[in-house]
Amino acid sequence: MAARAIWKGVLTLGSTELPVKLYSAVEPRKVSFRLLHKSDREPLKQRMVDPESEEPVEYEETRRGFPTDDGRVVILDSEELEELQPEPSREIELTRFVPLGAVDPHWYDRPYWVGPDGNTDDYFAFAKALEESGRVGIVRWVMRKKEYVGGLRAEDGYLMLVTMRHAGEVVSADALQPPGGRKLDARELKMAKQLVDALTGEFEPEQYRDEYAARVMELVEAKAKGKKLPKKRARRKAAADESLADALEKSLKAARAA
Amino acid sequence: MAEDEELDLDQEEEGGERIRPFWSGTISFGLVSVPVDLYPATRPKRVALRMLSPDGVPLARRFYDERHDRDIERDEIVRGFEMDDGEMVLVTDAELEALEPDKSRDIDLRRFVPAESLDPRYFNRGYFLAPSGESTKAYRLLAAVMEETKRAGIATFVMRGKEYLVAIFAENGILHAETLRFADELRKPQDVGLPDVRKPKAADVKTYARAIDRLKKQSLAEKELRDAWAERLLKLVERKAKKGEDTVELPEEVEAPADSDVIDLMEVLKRSLQGAKERRSERSASSGRARKSSGRSDAKSGSSGRSAAKKSGAKNDLSALSKEELYERAQELDIPGRSSMSKAQLVRALERAG
Repeated sequence: MAARAIWKGVLTLGSTELPVKLYSAVEPRKVSFRLLHKSDREPLKQRMVDPESEEPVEYEETRRGFPTDDGRVVILDSEELEELQPEPSREIELTRFVPLGAVDPHWYDRPYWVGPDGNTDDYFAFAKALEESGRVGIVRWVMRKKEYVGGLRAEDGYLMLVTMRHAGEVVSADALQPPGGRKLDARELKMAKQLVDALTGEFEPEQYRDEYAARVMELVEAKAKGKKLPKKRARRKAAADESLADALEKSLKAARAA
Repeated sequence: MAEDEELDLDQEEEGGERIRPFWSGTISFGLVSVPVDLYPATRPKRVALRMLSPDGVPLARRFYDERHDRDIERDEIVRGFEMDDGEMVLVTDAELEALEPDKSRDIDLRRFVPAESLDPRYFNRGYFLAPSGESTKAYRLLAAVMEETKRAGIATFVMRGKEYLVAIFAENGILHAETLRFADELRKPQDVGLPDVRKPKAADVKTYARAIDRLKKQSLAEKELRDAWAERLLKLVERKAKKGEDTVELPEEVEAPADSDVIDLMEVLKRSLQGAKERRSERSASSGRARKSSGRSDAKSGSSGRSAAKKSGAKNDLSALSKEELYERAQELDIPGRSSMSKAQLVRALERAG
């Protein structure tokens, strides 16, 4: 089933223009509940009220404001807010290409598939060139009156755009000092490395499942059929308490035997 | 500094007025256990507009019954799941809580992968991990090895009643975690209807490769990540506030936003990373006299600001938490109707409770 494009734009790389469409790469959450009124099971309505008088305020009458640090609020009218909005544009501007590892994962927010809008030859040529470069393209664009920054990557032969958080939204690790202590033991380091090596493999995302979400769906389906609820499983074992070197040695043996 | 502005990290029984780790538990690899605290590495957007009444009073969101035109009490709200045939299945908080995974405090790293092989479509939210045990040795050992081998550890774990897939990275001796989307939360190119991959002409690829080459840089520039809209908004707000134009005093019970949470989180992390020994000595010191302030920024707040901040000290700390974290606390305190509360309502309920 094909999903609908959420936006159309033009990737610009120097003087080259590539018309593209954006699609959300995230599946909407499967388990989503509605809030209902207990007595008649009617979905609830929400409204805004003045918290002092509890008087409802119609949406049309509401205004927007920004609270300041000194306990005041500055009211902004709709013309002022409109002026703050960026100029609408279809351009997705590529500003630079950096090595894949140069972007800390904390910046990444939401992935979108980028599909060709028309010319597929150029689209796949660019995707291939990007893949071979081993880089991520940094892009910026305006979508639905908002400014975005993102990383453009080649994935599975296609282009993928992952939006990035703005500067103030990520806690920088630069100011943090790693924990200190006595120099690590060379033998322990060696064993730990061997253990990590023994446990190293490919990332296989399909191996992992959201068991909780699955159980919630089971419950809902069971209740819909008027059945009993599924039972809970048993607890897991506690961790062993041993010296670091002993633990490493035993773990290594176990990992190698596996 | 007034005591209200103190950050208390260790005195659990005081409740409310501290930044707690998001989650505390153990990373295990093999039989080695690394006790850790988890702190968020991302924060909510600092700049957000509030909805106001015509007089400029910040509004609150309420659920109401349309037919009788009255607000609905918490205990009148239930959750329903709409089936494909339109039937509503009611589900209670108790039923959902019974399905929650066991509160195993364990991130069991059974698989390591090359760190660069993880692609960002999976990344959801970032966290820092700080050592929480008596010794930092195991933490440092794991960080050193992961960094040297350029590997990331993969595991599932339970946080706030839910199961998460997580990747643990090491950088500059510090462990961080990134929660990952599950594979079935992501669409494949075929799912959105992208055409089959076609083999491009070598000459075309070369043209694009040259264009990419021209824009090569070694790193990201911080300026590219700036929030231009927020900057314009703050400038306008500052100008109007200075002139007193369209500016109203906030009623006392409405919280003023403070960037204190931003600074405090940094401070908490710094202390946390310093290891167990220092924290222990802090704990004994904190019981007696007031501890040093965590460095709230005073630059902009005048005397009226100070008193506003004082009044809302506890509230500010609660507001700095995510909705899920507030919910977890509400769950611990068994606050009725919590599942249907908004973030603000959770804050209020927690304040009342604690």
